[in-house]
Amino acid sequence: MNPSDNLHPASGSFWNDTGKSGISSWIFSTDHKRIGLLYFWSVLSFFLVAVVLGLLLRIELMAPGRTIMGPETYNALFTVHGAVMVFLFIIPGFPGAFGNLVMPIQIGARDVSFPRLNLFSWWLYMIGAAVIIIALFTGGGPPDTGWTFYVPFSARTGTNVSVAVFGVFIVGFSSIVTGVNFVTTIHRLRAPGMSWDRLPLFVWSLYATAWVQILATPILGITLVLIIAERVLGVGLFDPMKGGDPVMYQHLFWIYSHPAVYIMILPAMGVISEIIPVFSRKPVFGYKMIAFSSIAIAAAGSLVWGHHMFTSGISDRAILIFSFLTFVVAIPSAIKVFNWVSTLYRGSISLEAPMLYALSFILLFSIGGLTGLILGAAATDIHVHDTHFVVGHFHYVIFGGSGFALFGAMHYWLPKFYGRKYAEKPALIAWALLFVGFNITYFSMMVLGMKGMPRRYYDYLPEFAPLNLVSTMGSWILAVGLVLMLVNLIRGLRSGEPVGNNPWGGATLEWTIPSPPPTENFSEEPVVTHGPYDFSKAGKP
Amino acid sequence: MSHSEHKDYAGAKLGMWLFLFTEIILFGGLFILYAVYLHRYPREFSSGGHELNVIYGATNTMVLLTSSLMVAMAVTAIQGGRKLLTLRLLVGTILCAAIFMGIKYVEWSAKIHHGIYPGSAKLAAGPPGESIFFGLYYLSTGLHGLHVLIGGSVLAWIGVKVRRGVVTGDDFVLLENGALYWHLVDLIWIFIFPLYYLML
Repeated sequence: MNPSDNLHPASGSFWNDTGKSGISSWIFSTDHKRIGLLYFWSVLSFFLVAVVLGLLLRIELMAPGRTIMGPETYNALFTVHGAVMVFLFIIPGFPGAFGNLVMPIQIGARDVSFPRLNLFSWWLYMIGAAVIIIALFTGGGPPDTGWTFYVPFSARTGTNVSVAVFGVFIVGFSSIVTGVNFVTTIHRLRAPGMSWDRLPLFVWSLYATAWVQILATPILGITLVLIIAERVLGVGLFDPMKGGDPVMYQHLFWIYSHPAVYIMILPAMGVISEIIPVFSRKPVFGYKMIAFSSIAIAAAGSLVWGHHMFTSGISDRAILIFSFLTFVVAIPSAIKVFNWVSTLYRGSISLEAPMLYALSFILLFSIGGLTGLILGAAATDIHVHDTHFVVGHFHYVIFGGSGFALFGAMHYWLPKFYGRKYAEKPALIAWALLFVGFNITYFSMMVLGMKGMPRRYYDYLPEFAPLNLVSTMGSWILAVGLVLMLVNLIRGLRSGEPVGNNPWGGATLEWTIPSPPPTENFSEEPVVTHGPYDFSKAGKP
Repeated sequence: MSHSEHKDYAGAKLGMWLFLFTEIILFGGLFILYAVYLHRYPREFSSGGHELNVIYGATNTMVLLTSSLMVAMAVTAIQGGRKLLTLRLLVGTILCAAIFMGIKYVEWSAKIHHGIYPGSAKLAAGPPGESIFFGLYYLSTGLHGLHVLIGGSVLAWIGVKVRRGVVTGDDFVLLENGALYWHLVDLIWIFIFPLYYLML
């Protein structure tokens, strides 16, 4: 390949068929594909920033005592690492980037229902992100509360919590706008023949996610407003001195933030449900149950927030109910895992990069999910609450699950939008490094937590030193894998081998149109005649 | 696929309704706090409620209900193509919004004058439940007042579009959605009014 080839070579695609180029044709574009790519690159940039912060945290924890930073810096770093990863990377990551890129095409639409609102949501996201960045360098400096902004500390700390929280509020609004847009789009703009039982499972998962975005995010909004009210006006709603109750803050925060976990993982499960049948050359097993379990997870997952609060002083009865409901969520999650495994059974499996990420998702998500039950059972949670076990657990779910699914989606779908593909061999090596590095880093954390090492502590006892060193070394392998993956991917998108309409042999609609797609997506409105995993008809609508 | 932009009315209204859900849930957080703290401090909530001026509250309720009626009539008027009537009704709605905010201003000023505001020395000296009651009162009515301002501005913007003939009898979904938003503002007040002024 000629490395001087342009980034967007294919004529007649959304890269150039409107005749407009330059920055304003992107940041003011209402084309869902351009907005999707805007989201993708912004989200990826924040991810890389937060990765660097995470690596610095691991270096600090490599040995007991001070290694490279003081305790205040450490507090700020784990707060910003968490807040950026959660609010600027993984929550907008799937709906904003791949939802926008793929969903309208998968349902046979020309765009989303509200294209201008879609652009507005990206702008809100960027403005919110800018406010958060301003908060880091002004006032009392970056927040040091942890991403959960727990009172009473968040109401009293001298760091710049109010501004940061306002930024998160704006990002939350952006998430609501995307949710409203997606639910409306999926209801209104499906092509003729695209019945609900022919909807690709990624769309089903985005649909469930969008409802969570709509119904849960406003509670985050009001909670953040209340933090600002506590700090600026001293209202005292969470201050025992004034009759308030700090536990009420925890309730309100987790009423949003637990369902938010499903905003992160549901679309990831949707990606896996797309990749596994395509690379097994076999219709997905249990289509209806996978679709239904997305809705079930969204519904049941909205009722389990109390499991973050078993040690906060809530009543034993409340603990029992929340614990029971938490175990209920495991059922639809397990339904998905069993269905994916059944899809693999006797399939004609091809181990290309997207599939490797999908397979590792099943393993890592299962570990993350099962360790979640250890935390969901009150008796065991009391022992491991606020330890590194929790840190290990949620990184297995969110990084090993959502993160790996996002990497899989990048290998699976980005060639569609760039018309070029990465090199396979470096992709496999990068995956192997990521997989090995990931497990070394986070499994060590779970063991450390079981031994009693608390989370968010700057210093620790000498007996925790060896495993902390192992975890930090794992994080370096992880980092090398990440760099290799991105370099290979980006180089491939710039100058890799051109791909045709359907490089993987998928049967969903995005594989029936050119890579990269034209602005209008379909030259004429498709009439859908078969299900999304009917591979005998792959390449035809 | 046709290039003509055909408007999906049902879609536009579905999107608006979804957005209205999010607004109700936003206020829902404050109503949850109200329920929990009412359970904890029934006596202080009762005495706090008696300190609020029912006349102001009831007048504002009437003003908002009237404004909601007018905006609903504006939607009917535009459907019949009666542009001037639509504009008059919208102006009436916005006037009601202004009256509401004026009364709210008088009411808040009187309270603040008496030393009742979040973080005040008087509330700090009183029983804890009382400062919670007034804290919630100011947050709920303040957030609602903000929505009155937003709703009024949105209706003014739509009024300009009606005047310019962008929103017409054939294409009025924008006005309909603006009216829906205004009804939401009304609806939330219908809950705030009895909870703070009447029930206790």
